[in-house]
Amino acid sequence: MSAADGGGTTTLVVRVENKAGVLARVAGLFARRGFNIESLAVAPTDDERFSRLTIVVGVDAAPMEQVVKQLDKLVNVVDIRELNPSASVERELMMVTVRANPDIRGQILDLVRIFQATVLNVGYDEIMVSLTGSPSRVDDFEDLLRPYGIVDVQRTGKVALPKLVKAAPDPLAP
Amino acid sequence: MNMNGGQALMKALENEGVDILFGLPGGAILPVYDPLIDSSIRHVLVRHEQGAGHMAEGYAHATGRPGVAMVTSGPAATNIVTPLCDAYMDSIPMVVVTGQVPYAAIGTDAFQECDTTGITMSVTKHNYLVTEAADIPQVIHDAFYIATTGRPGPVLVDIPKDIVDPNNPRSAMEWYTPDSHDLPGYLPNQAGDAELIRQAAKLICEAERPVLYTGGGILKSRGAEALLELAEMTGIHVVTTLMNRGGFPDDHPLCLGMPGMHGNYTAVTAMQEADLLIALGARFDDRVTGKVGEFAPLAKIIHVDIDSAELGKVRRPDVAIQGDCRVVIEELVKALKEMGGSEAQPDRNQWRSRISGWQERFPLTYEQSKGDELLKPQYVLEQLRDSTPSDTIVASGVGQHQMWTSQYWKFNHPYTWVNSGGLGTMGFAIPAAIGAKAGRPDRMVWAVDGDGCFQMTAQELVTAATEGFPIKVALINNAYLGMVRQWQEMFYEERYSEVYLTRDVPDYKMWAEALGCVGLRVESPEEVGPAIAQANEIDDQPVVVEFRCEAEENVFPMVPAGMSNSDVVVDPSQRDQPR
Repeated sequence: MSAADGGGTTTLVVRVENKAGVLARVAGLFARRGFNIESLAVAPTDDERFSRLTIVVGVDAAPMEQVVKQLDKLVNVVDIRELNPSASVERELMMVTVRANPDIRGQILDLVRIFQATVLNVGYDEIMVSLTGSPSRVDDFEDLLRPYGIVDVQRTGKVALPKLVKAAPDPLAP
Repeated sequence: MNMNGGQALMKALENEGVDILFGLPGGAILPVYDPLIDSSIRHVLVRHEQGAGHMAEGYAHATGRPGVAMVTSGPAATNIVTPLCDAYMDSIPMVVVTGQVPYAAIGTDAFQECDTTGITMSVTKHNYLVTEAADIPQVIHDAFYIATTGRPGPVLVDIPKDIVDPNNPRSAMEWYTPDSHDLPGYLPNQAGDAELIRQAAKLICEAERPVLYTGGGILKSRGAEALLELAEMTGIHVVTTLMNRGGFPDDHPLCLGMPGMHGNYTAVTAMQEADLLIALGARFDDRVTGKVGEFAPLAKIIHVDIDSAELGKVRRPDVAIQGDCRVVIEELVKALKEMGGSEAQPDRNQWRSRISGWQERFPLTYEQSKGDELLKPQYVLEQLRDSTPSDTIVASGVGQHQMWTSQYWKFNHPYTWVNSGGLGTMGFAIPAAIGAKAGRPDRMVWAVDGDGCFQMTAQELVTAATEGFPIKVALINNAYLGMVRQWQEMFYEERYSEVYLTRDVPDYKMWAEALGCVGLRVESPEEVGPAIAQANEIDDQPVVVEFRCEAEENVFPMVPAGMSNSDVVVDPSQRDQPR
């Protein structure tokens, strides 16, 4: 089942030992169940012994429960957080090259301004821009650029952190 | 101390207390076989790498200590994949060392190269590709720690040739003795949560029809004594799964024996009718539950397991306790004592009389052979059981003979039953029996094997004969792949497809003799006892006794695959009994 079939998606943030082969171990647990990984972002953490994987899987939380437990059993997996989209802040980076003859370049720059995107490079009939934002905002930007002709697009897959507590503790509480 | 990686590997294995190594040398592991000559570790030269793996498993089954196997790269590594998977499914502590092509050659399709860590990733608890000689002491120390703690399992260590080859500068290293583990993602927990244990004790004190559903975790945690105390204090009956035969004595009045697809009627039915199942180190395997949605429909569940991934995997427990079985049972006994011990248990006389009623109406049964019929395998197993010491270790292959052995043997001691439960590996019996005998030379060891299984691993009898492991093999020759034949009879309208193995080819008696064993053949009931007595007398050579058995005997009771345990099919002679 994928998100497109009407099923949900699950976002896992997995802290692993920064060693060779760990990504294959993690990916293997999804593969053997036929679960497709929709996006995956990997980078070392502030502590260089560890990496953090942000994995988006097109599967509901219920069938994911067993995978998460199996994932937790991997010797190289240190901890796992399951992130609920409504309780987390998500970001994704897109770089995109769009057809932009000089006569329509202005229209594209309008979109760049509206979305607070960044122009990275300009060619005689193309323009390369980047946008960082929530995955849905990145989707919107990509949709709006598509009619102009996307030549190349690269998205990082999302990374996420849990939302912070808003209400300060009551100083008068016992 | 300066040494090379090969010497360091042997020293590291010695430091882990390894006394015996099952293996077969080859190109990539060659440099390690040289320092082996000077090592205190005994090496057993197997005839096929699969044999080395199953011997290591049999050793671990019988002793509780990790079994160790060492083989070369490529085809040797792929040959040991089956034992690794078998050990993974049955939570057997095992360490396998494989040779690998030199580090610089990895990924070049070198001679006898395969991606061993990639291939074995999903059939090991963990595996390592060691890239530097200096890592060997720490990796071996970690490998044994991981294999033997938490939920035990197999760990593979893949070692490229250059880091163990004294002629290669990459093998030079300085020896150190590791004294800790840097495994931030691996923190096995032993103790159960005290509050959950109290809740479990409360449920036990309220239950009118409780059953202790005990699995391999009892044996793995050395928990048999604790289980006995729990059962006797509460008076609760015990079922012992295929992986826990011997974990509770079969001749104990509270023992109901094996549950599941070929379990006995009372064990199956008591679980179906129970109002509380206390699952201890058991994993609700499909062979135990039958159709999951109709399994023990009235029961609340207490589930104790060292592996939190088992809790709720199949059946949602009412109380889930993650922890070592023995530790949790001991705490549970304490909690129950605080609540009043046996005095606090409700009157369960009605439940007890229902259980004894099932036991009277539906005992294990079979029809004795008549006239010139061949032997009944159940008769052979009863005779074997009654004429061997009670602490005999029994290893079995997979199929009908395995189920009959589990049914008819009386397991009254832990660690006397060695079998392949989860993976169902045909051919397991002979090498596993050799491993068990290597670990427990003081015990009599019988392998009960089928003719299909025997043909898969008989070559290891050469290992038994030449290395001095006088095991005994009871070969139940029914000329068929018997369990498959039974399924074709019952579920495929007797359309027998590729299950007949022939009665006379091979000639098992001659084959046994050619392999360096004593070969005996038994065809009539009156010869069974004397042949077993003769085999028991031989202690300097392996013995194979071929028992020529009826081809059409079926294993009953049976819960057909996918059916509810309430629909258990009993022996034809019991089908008119009221349930």
